[in-house]
Amino acid sequence: MYKILNIVSITAIPFMITIILVHGYIKGVKLYDTFVEGASDGFKTAIKIMPYLIAIFLAIGIFKESGALDVFSRILTIPGRLMGLPKEIIPLIVIKPISGSGSLAMVKDLVYTYGPDSLIGRIASTMMGSSETIFYTMAIYFGAIGIKKSRHTLSCALIAHIAGVIASAVACRIIFT
Amino acid sequence: MINIIWFFMIVIGIIFSIINCKLDTINQVVLKNTGEAVAFAIGLTGIMATWIGLMKIAEKSGLIRSIGKILSPILRFIFSDIPKDHLANTAIIMNVVANMFGAGNSATALGLKAMEELQTLNDKKDTATNAMAMFLVINMSSVQLIPLTVLKIRSDAGSLNPTEIISTTLIATTVSTIVGITACKLMERK
Repeated sequence: MYKILNIVSITAIPFMITIILVHGYIKGVKLYDTFVEGASDGFKTAIKIMPYLIAIFLAIGIFKESGALDVFSRILTIPGRLMGLPKEIIPLIVIKPISGSGSLAMVKDLVYTYGPDSLIGRIASTMMGSSETIFYTMAIYFGAIGIKKSRHTLSCALIAHIAGVIASAVACRIIFT
Repeated sequence: MINIIWFFMIVIGIIFSIINCKLDTINQVVLKNTGEAVAFAIGLTGIMATWIGLMKIAEKSGLIRSIGKILSPILRFIFSDIPKDHLANTAIIMNVVANMFGAGNSATALGLKAMEELQTLNDKKDTATNAMAMFLVINMSSVQLIPLTVLKIRSDAGSLNPTEIISTTLIATTVSTIVGITACKLMERK
């Protein structure tokens, strides 16, 4: 099963590329010239996001390495327990929106400590696949185009994140028992 | 908003590092993480240029218009203020597809392209539009079909059935995406 899914994942991108190129070829587009023309635009965007990446990597790094993130996740254990979540999962809920690499390390740790087929292991695995690193995504996507006022984006993203967390825990409890 | 969060993350971090006697780690972070950010952006440049190049081809060949037409009813509902033939539609669709299959960097490249296109429709250049907020919220609730990295961790840890979490992941991600879209729709009227 894992192998089949792996193949499906691997084929997705080459498949998209093939369709674009074959369609372009049939329609008589000058493929090489057009590609280079677009690629130079892409180049500019990648360079433009660099300062935003530095700013966000710096803040996340300091917040995480200083131990502040650990303290915050411990504080949030209390409201988390009220929602019926196992307390081992709570730090992951806090770290997931902030740091992708941090949350991956934490999922790994939870899966190895409690076992991949334990409730905690399953909830952690489910949560990992159901949300994205919010602060980082917002910083670079808005940064790249110079948006300063994000309006309701952050609050909606956090609401969606919490909904995903609760859904992960509920789905695991129902399906795996 | 981001100004305040950024300030507090750093200042609180430095205060905690003083309490924990870890001030030297701050110096390491300043050096290491900023370097990583630059390396990441440079790493992204190649894939970014590739996808924007391919999108240019798809734009000229008319593929983008066809895809936009097919998916237009869904897009009309979620992104009510993007014109039908606009390039933003395709960039959004391609970003979601790349996300679904876990192609992280390709998704980022296409997502940035989508944001640039959305910015061309924006009257107030420093303020996010409804469509931008909606796009980011959908993006951040991660419509991932196959969470490969997690599956790898589970199979390495000796799970009897590493892929069993795909169903729960799909449920969770669907719930978070629907809740996100609903929240956006409710708040964007203000």
